[in-house]
Amino acid sequence: MTPEITLAPPKRKRAPSAPLLLLRDPMTALALGYLILIALVAILGPMFMADLAAKPNFRARNLAPFTLEQGWAFVLGADTLGRSLLARLVVAARTTLGIAVCAVMCSLVLGGLLGLVAGYGRGWLSAAILRVTDIVMSFPSLLLALIVLYSLGPSVLNLVIVLAVTRIPIYLRTTRAEVLEVRQRMFVSAAEALGASDTRIIFRHIAPIVIPTLLTIGAIDFATVVLAESSLSFLGLGVQAPAFTWGSMVATGRGYLANAWWIAFWPGLAILLTTLSLNILSSWWRTYSDPHQRWRLELPRGGRGTKEKRS
Amino acid sequence: MLSYVARRGLQSLIALMGLLVLVFFLARLTGDPAYLYLPLDSTEAQRAAFNQLHGFDDPLIVQFLRYLGDILRLDFGMSLSRNLPAMQVALEAFPRTLQLAVVAMTLALSLSIVVGVLAAARPGGAFDRLGTTASLAGASAPDFWVAIVAILVFSVNLGLLPTSGTGSPLHWIMPIAVLTLRPFGLLTQVVRGTMLGVLTSPYVKTARAKGIARRKILFVHALRNAMLPVVTVAGDLAAGLVNGAVVVESIFGWPGIGKLMIDAIIRRDFALIQATVLVTAVAIFVLNIVIDLIYAALDPRISHQAG
Repeated sequence: MTPEITLAPPKRKRAPSAPLLLLRDPMTALALGYLILIALVAILGPMFMADLAAKPNFRARNLAPFTLEQGWAFVLGADTLGRSLLARLVVAARTTLGIAVCAVMCSLVLGGLLGLVAGYGRGWLSAAILRVTDIVMSFPSLLLALIVLYSLGPSVLNLVIVLAVTRIPIYLRTTRAEVLEVRQRMFVSAAEALGASDTRIIFRHIAPIVIPTLLTIGAIDFATVVLAESSLSFLGLGVQAPAFTWGSMVATGRGYLANAWWIAFWPGLAILLTTLSLNILSSWWRTYSDPHQRWRLELPRGGRGTKEKRS
Repeated sequence: MLSYVARRGLQSLIALMGLLVLVFFLARLTGDPAYLYLPLDSTEAQRAAFNQLHGFDDPLIVQFLRYLGDILRLDFGMSLSRNLPAMQVALEAFPRTLQLAVVAMTLALSLSIVVGVLAAARPGGAFDRLGTTASLAGASAPDFWVAIVAILVFSVNLGLLPTSGTGSPLHWIMPIAVLTLRPFGLLTQVVRGTMLGVLTSPYVKTARAKGIARRKILFVHALRNAMLPVVTVAGDLAAGLVNGAVVVESIFGWPGIGKLMIDAIIRRDFALIQATVLVTAVAIFVLNIVIDLIYAALDPRISHQAG
């Protein structure tokens, strides 16, 4: 009887998991922290601060920031009617991010569906979809949005529609390219041979492969949509009073630049920090998901320089 | 090559037609221009006479066919707000935007190539971290806010630069700086990303083994191959530069085509809206074709032969 030999699996040092890697990079961790904070503020904040944001306080008119004489809510100063800027930033966070989320989701779903049709179909419909996309893409999105918003009238719903329509081509083209590639694969041919219907092939076999790509693009695109919405609101064709976003707050403050810079400064800074955090995260994600670049993140702490540098 | 340009030209023409149809009908949804151009106490009859004079009382489809017929005779209508031929107004404003865009794009391209290449040369190093953060910030910054803060700092507080208008070279500094910001940020990302990929390829190792100077490898051997995606993105950005121009021109009072278009939309100046859209779209289509040709010149594998 030979004794049974069990081979212990070689102890391999596992690469750190994604969340751990993310937290090890200070900039990325900071960006994630800021985004979580902003999301929480947008969801919960207006419940506590909506009244404060709308209430004029004539003793605090044009109050300069960094003083606590009117209470902590006025730490960022007040606008020309004496409304707390901090409270207004919190309320605007919900409108700004809410519009962007709706627009991204609409363009993702519509662009994805149209892309599935354009990629799977062979007829005139897919050709027509592509031609229309060419037209939308061939013209500067902000100008198109301006014309459409001016003719339909500025409102939150129209803003979401316009933002979604100008971003649809990106999702549509990506989906179409993926579908064209995926439908050549064996399992799709197998499903076809088994007599699966077109809808079944599209939604059960092709869509699950395309959706993760679309979600990634949606996350990256979010910053662009926030910027586009801010520009439109700044130009006066976004949300209309009494509703306001960070972009329209900058537009309001623009008139008081010489004597109350803080009215226009804080909301712009909020936009910048939000889009910057989103871009830092997506840049990190690009490095992480690229197998050729990922090792840069997995190097032990403190050894981030290149080899030549360390020798 | 010629047949390629002709084919692309035809495609662009179709897209252009689509755009014109879209803009024509959208512009007419904005409302009745008579309310804007006649005094508030004007009578119903006066408004009707105004609309009849400008042909706004015909059915939309008649107006549209007349518009198409006029375009074929190179008549783009009169601008309501300026009382001049619309195309003349648009073509006067266009070069001013073009100047801004060309300077901003050249600046963005050269800066981003230098910063991107040097950042990719030592990934993770101090310059890389600084350059990457700066370029991310440039790509993320809301341009209207940067413009306002720049006015606050350099005009209101320091009194160094004029707030708006044209004239002296000083008037150029802020609009160009703001317009350069986003293309610089995005292009630096692209240059750095593609250079990182190219620098690990075997031919770069060969070049290094042959003892070629590091700077020459970076800027000659590697950069040439990294330029292809950069040209693509630069082309997209150049078209997108019109977006930035709208914001920058309206803040700095720059009398370019972006400001003209906003004014035209707000004043329901239909002929002027259509003329500005036409000029911008033609410029972008020409640009796209030029970029395809540059692409072919950079990469001999791409040919635009028919077939």
